[in-house]
Amino acid sequence: MLEIRIHGRGGQGNVVAAYLLASAAIDGGSYAQAFPAFGAERRGAPVAAFVRIDDQPIRRRCQVREPDFLIVQDPALMDVPETLSGLRARGTILVDGTALEIDGSGDNEIMTIPATRLAMEHIGRPVPNTALLAAFITLTQLMPVSALIDALAERFKGPILEKNQRLVEAAAATVEAGRWQEVAHAVSA
Amino acid sequence: MPLALEGSQALARAIALCRPQVVAAYPITPQTHIVEGIAKLVADGQLDCEMVSVESEHSAASVALGAAVAGSRAYTASASQGILLMAEVLFDIAGLRVPLVMTCANRALSGPLNIWNDQQDSMAMRDSGWIQLYCATNQEAIDTTVQAFRIAERCELPVMVCVDGFTLTHTLEPLEMPTQEQVDGFLPPYFFRHGLHPDEPRSLGTLVGPEHFSEVRHAHHHALLRAQDEIVQADADWGEVVGRQYGGLLEVRGEPEATLGILTLGSVLGTLEDAMEENPDLPRARFIKLRSFRPFPAQALREACAGLEHLIVLERALSPGYGGIVGPEVQAVLAGQSSPPKIYNVAAGLGGRDMSLELYGRLVDLIASGREPEPFCIIDADPMLLPEEDR
Repeated sequence: MLEIRIHGRGGQGNVVAAYLLASAAIDGGSYAQAFPAFGAERRGAPVAAFVRIDDQPIRRRCQVREPDFLIVQDPALMDVPETLSGLRARGTILVDGTALEIDGSGDNEIMTIPATRLAMEHIGRPVPNTALLAAFITLTQLMPVSALIDALAERFKGPILEKNQRLVEAAAATVEAGRWQEVAHAVSA
Repeated sequence: MPLALEGSQALARAIALCRPQVVAAYPITPQTHIVEGIAKLVADGQLDCEMVSVESEHSAASVALGAAVAGSRAYTASASQGILLMAEVLFDIAGLRVPLVMTCANRALSGPLNIWNDQQDSMAMRDSGWIQLYCATNQEAIDTTVQAFRIAERCELPVMVCVDGFTLTHTLEPLEMPTQEQVDGFLPPYFFRHGLHPDEPRSLGTLVGPEHFSEVRHAHHHALLRAQDEIVQADADWGEVVGRQYGGLLEVRGEPEATLGILTLGSVLGTLEDAMEENPDLPRARFIKLRSFRPFPAQALREACAGLEHLIVLERALSPGYGGIVGPEVQAVLAGQSSPPKIYNVAAGLGGRDMSLELYGRLVDLIASGREPEPFCIIDADPMLLPEEDR
């Protein structure tokens, strides 16, 4: 079972990101589960959401304490102790921002992409979640990027969907495809 | 092919498949997404239903009561403080034997204010005279909702479907939605024989004096006891349609031959099942998933507990000043049995505290040392956060 924790701030589409990722996995024939952390859901407050993906039904409903992957929507959250808490030794971190903003001194690999900037360019809103998911899926090869576009198509239509589609393609192009494939494979095996 | 759905969205669809004619609700976390989903289906023309936006939960329950009595299949949903504000009407609905269905998206009660999951809200309505069914998964919540309308209408009793807030309502997962044809074949059009109609004037809910009140209560109590058969039958019949069953009144899972039992209500079961499989060094347990809390399935429980030496009753609520709520009832129905199990009654997961995989080990530890059961305790309370005199 693969466990992912998404950190962000209230209003950044944290839960939507978790739902999109799980939806894309389910539509691809996997079992998956996504749910928010039980914390205060206020705009700006640090929040988290969880995703589990497996090849068999998922029974547990506890929070993800030892994630395999972290997706962090705000580089400032890297300084909040809860963000890195429990990350597995071989786990990796995908952060919105630039490498300059992050203290990369830990053992876990940290990858940054300019998700908010890409979102501003393509959809005109500072919402990093879709770009981060596109990069995450490309890095891990958990599913084809088209699965994310299909999941987006369940929520958006017309010009907004097209803009999101271009955002997904642009974000996917910023990372090395399959770089985290081995980690993802090792976890699920 | 399962759909990727948030529990609340799936429930909204399931309720729509039951063709309610009147839905009245007031939004409250974590119930909100359910009624938003129904409202959207109505607004989009996918559900032909009167959606009544009311100014309070008291009115929501009142509108549902009036609609059901006037001949409409009616539905409402709430949680926590909303359930408390409805309380007056909930007792009325049950006492008048009005068949309607509501979802309780289980949430802690104030104060202090807490919006997260436990089951204190529905437990506070224990004596309201409603049928209460607790769901362990979102799939069970979908299927139980469909069953609930048939149970309600056949028994002339209201049914509260209890679904853990957030843990189920806000979890997206693969879910099988029944088809409209399946639901239509299972659930005949709504009929309430004591309904009000101008062509046949009569009153409902008038004053009942001491000369009849005891008989009304007797009839209500026995209707609830008899409802056990209908709950079992609805689960079996719906199971034939969709191929999924939930044990009727309760379900025995895990290790059926184990002499250690753990009784749960709601969504914690899957976590405990996983924890048992991941910890082969720990004793294995027979899980008893209590689905029907009201009516309380005394006989089914005695059978499910046969051969147990220890039984841990794990609750998500408590009766302050006494202890557990479900535990003492279990103890009472097992008391007359030959060699009943020792009962350990604990609460956990109050106000949304995460019930992690380690919980299984802590529960098993209760009996490992062969100790006599201690009085009720909140097993995941952190002593270091308590005042010294309470540790």
